[in-house]
Amino acid sequence: MSNWIEVGQLEEIPKQGSRVVKTSDFNIAVFRTVNDEVFAVKDACPHKQGQLSQGIVHDKKVTCPLHNWTISLESGEALGPDEGCTNVFVAKVESGLISIDLG
Amino acid sequence: MKEKLVMIGNGMAGMRTIEELLKIAPDMYDITVFGDEPYGNYNRILLSPVLAGEKTIDDIMLNTMDWYEENNIKLHAGKRVNEINRIARTVTAEDGTVEEYDRLLIATGSKPFIIPVPGHDKEGVIAFRDIKDVDTMLDATKNHQHATVIGGGLLGLEAANGMMQHGMKVTVVHLVDTLMERQMDSVSGKMLKNSLQEKGMDFRMGAQTAEITGNGRVSGIKFADGTSIETDLVVMAVGIRPNMELAQKAGLHCERGIVVNDTMQTYDPRIYSVGECVQHRGDTYGLVAPLFEMAKVCANHLAQMGIGLYEGSVTSTKLKVTGIDLFSAGDFIGDESTEEMVMQDATSGLYKKLVLKDNKLIGAVLYGDTKEGAWYFQLMRSGQDISDIRDKLLFGESHLGDSGHGGDHILNMSDDTEVCGCNGVCKGDIVQAITSEGLFTLDEVRAHTKASASCGSCTGLVEQILESTLGSDYETPEAKPLCKCTEHTHEEVREAIRERKLTSINDVRRSLNWKTQDGCPACRMSLNYYVQSAWHHEAQDDPQSRFINERAHANIQKDGRYSVIPRMWGGMTTPDELRAIANVAEKYEIKDVHLTGGQRIGLYGVEKEVLPKIWKDLNDAGMVSGHAYGKAMRTVKTCVGKQWCRFGTQDSTALGIKLEELTWASWMPHKFKLAVSGCPRNCAEATIKDFGVVCVDSGYELHIGGNGGIKVRATDLLCNVTTEEEVMEYCGAFIQYYREDAHYLERTAPWVERVGFSQIEDMIVKNEEKRKYYNKRFLEAQKISQVDPWKARATGGVAPHEFASIKVVSL
Repeated sequence: MSNWIEVGQLEEIPKQGSRVVKTSDFNIAVFRTVNDEVFAVKDACPHKQGQLSQGIVHDKKVTCPLHNWTISLESGEALGPDEGCTNVFVAKVESGLISIDLG
Repeated sequence: MKEKLVMIGNGMAGMRTIEELLKIAPDMYDITVFGDEPYGNYNRILLSPVLAGEKTIDDIMLNTMDWYEENNIKLHAGKRVNEINRIARTVTAEDGTVEEYDRLLIATGSKPFIIPVPGHDKEGVIAFRDIKDVDTMLDATKNHQHATVIGGGLLGLEAANGMMQHGMKVTVVHLVDTLMERQMDSVSGKMLKNSLQEKGMDFRMGAQTAEITGNGRVSGIKFADGTSIETDLVVMAVGIRPNMELAQKAGLHCERGIVVNDTMQTYDPRIYSVGECVQHRGDTYGLVAPLFEMAKVCANHLAQMGIGLYEGSVTSTKLKVTGIDLFSAGDFIGDESTEEMVMQDATSGLYKKLVLKDNKLIGAVLYGDTKEGAWYFQLMRSGQDISDIRDKLLFGESHLGDSGHGGDHILNMSDDTEVCGCNGVCKGDIVQAITSEGLFTLDEVRAHTKASASCGSCTGLVEQILESTLGSDYETPEAKPLCKCTEHTHEEVREAIRERKLTSINDVRRSLNWKTQDGCPACRMSLNYYVQSAWHHEAQDDPQSRFINERAHANIQKDGRYSVIPRMWGGMTTPDELRAIANVAEKYEIKDVHLTGGQRIGLYGVEKEVLPKIWKDLNDAGMVSGHAYGKAMRTVKTCVGKQWCRFGTQDSTALGIKLEELTWASWMPHKFKLAVSGCPRNCAEATIKDFGVVCVDSGYELHIGGNGGIKVRATDLLCNVTTEEEVMEYCGAFIQYYREDAHYLERTAPWVERVGFSQIEDMIVKNEEKRKYYNKRFLEAQKISQVDPWKARATGGVAPHEFASIKVVSL
């Protein structure tokens, strides 16, 4: 099942930045990389639930502001020796409009 | 089609090169590896603990057979290459296997030297080089009683100790009178010999082996002086020779080793060589740290980045014999141009000798207590001027004025001693990770265990554990690169920013060939700071390269909410300000209101969206950001001074306010705190601040480099001045010099210790021109910087996206 929602324009997120989509249950961090790729993951680090949306975005990764865990935006998995995973949502950009699939 | 990289030699240097290459250019080559031992790559240095029964072969494997498969590397284990055809670009192994190459890496290591005395080829005469030799020795311990080791060097003594652990009677035969004469002077050599004798080892010093006797198997040794001993096993440990026959046969230029240039290329540019088989600038190396430095450079060149150069290594040695602590490094003998410092205590078995030249440490021998070894080694490699710490040098880093951590002897620490208090990592966890994961560097230990990865105060301890676990093979990089995205150091990057006028992070990355497109958090934050501190007029701030606190102008708390701390100039406040804070706290239902250590009031637990509203209310009451969230000037703490206090000598509160007005909203390499005390009773604790003023009757004492945090450090007294104007000028100059010289995330305390107090004194006190220059640059930068970031965001329309969600969905 897919459940696509429109999030907003690509320009509304800074390059190497992130904005938050709030739902009633949890927040989703939507990222824009330096190459204008867009990714969406649950806004909670697998380590201590830090807000990944507040981290530094580099390559296709984000580094959590709380304890510097680095999370792959493609897989939601912690990189390096750290282990853990956060949910990933499929995201797409069409004519500058970002949509994500809430599944 | 991918190019083919073939490596001959499946040892530590070669495989380290392959691993480095896979890290930076994973898909560049089809890789094939030949190794003449039937194993994966193991940590050869840890063979001594295997022999002593302290570790198993499995413990010391670095790359298992599975690893090669996972990384798509074709491994020919147990196949010895006997020909390189440079015209056809092929290598051929003894069993006929042929592989083509585009690039070839020769990492054939070294061979033990076998003294060609009569009888050297008898059964029971071996070297100590590989797993097979260890097996032979272990077998001998089961069936025989007496072993002899020829060679009283590092390896020989470790072999002797290992066999002794299994109950053998071991004699060490050594040609000269000092054990380990390449690493020890005669005093420490004698102390070592005494300790080993107490453990039961026998010695024949000054003995030249003439013949190995026996009928088929060895049964004894005859010496040149006509005496002889009986023995069932002879281990030759008299040195190694670079293994270069294959390269010689292929016509590559060799002298004592395979000659390579600074990019690790042989005379055939398609053929690289690393490790113990090479000769670089006339030197050959037999320790692992230099080999790893070579590996890094070679991988860099193979990946066609072409920026790394290997420029030789300073090496250190540590004996891995349990119960004996010994460390040596550099030129520890000295000559007429050097000075020495010696401490000797025969009863406690302590000996320390440091060799100095031109106020720099160039060599060290430590016996009995080696916990300062890593620090001395670091001083040697960095070439730091030690005149400022000369009187404490011999006693070690722990006598430099730090308190808190350190002081414990690593070997006496039990495995369950907590080393890293932030992340709860014990010594045993670290040792376990080093041995089981095959870690060699501080960064690797941090990644795997988190030890020293938070506040960093236990870094020294973790380095000592690394050193004591790995022995001589602990790698301290000579000049640490800024981060993993570059080979350049902080200094090199800052120099390039100044010289080439680089005003954006992108310019720096392009100009210095960064390895990553958009960097990592470490370099992004550093570069953003560096370009702005060098070019405050021209450089643009990049908010995405700032930590969230500096982007949101508030401190992120553990639950994702934020804190708000308005500035209180010089620690003074008014009923109106207090009322405004109280109103905000009630209006936005702020749960916790806290008095901070910097004489201010903090509001805790604020949702991010509310921040601009709170700032607006505080702005309306005349308050601005306290920058309590930034690598920035934080507060100026004061006492009430002569205005109220019967002991006060000057108006410390008013001076504090002036200093805060001068310095607020300035970005720094790290947080920066000031204080002004009205008299030497020092109630404002000025002597643990980055810049502290202690008022005295005759004027003002200016103190620098203090810290009340992780490591308590009292300030150094910079100088005395007589007017407030001078205080302001020295303060501005000191701050600007710190801003332009320190590494990002280096506080003034470690910075002062790194560059030396006298350098700062020269720059700020003795050189009026420099002082005025730096103060002027500070004032110019402040003109641009002194804007309240709260106001800009609360009403000025700056970065609205930062404080609002992009969408709210009800599911």
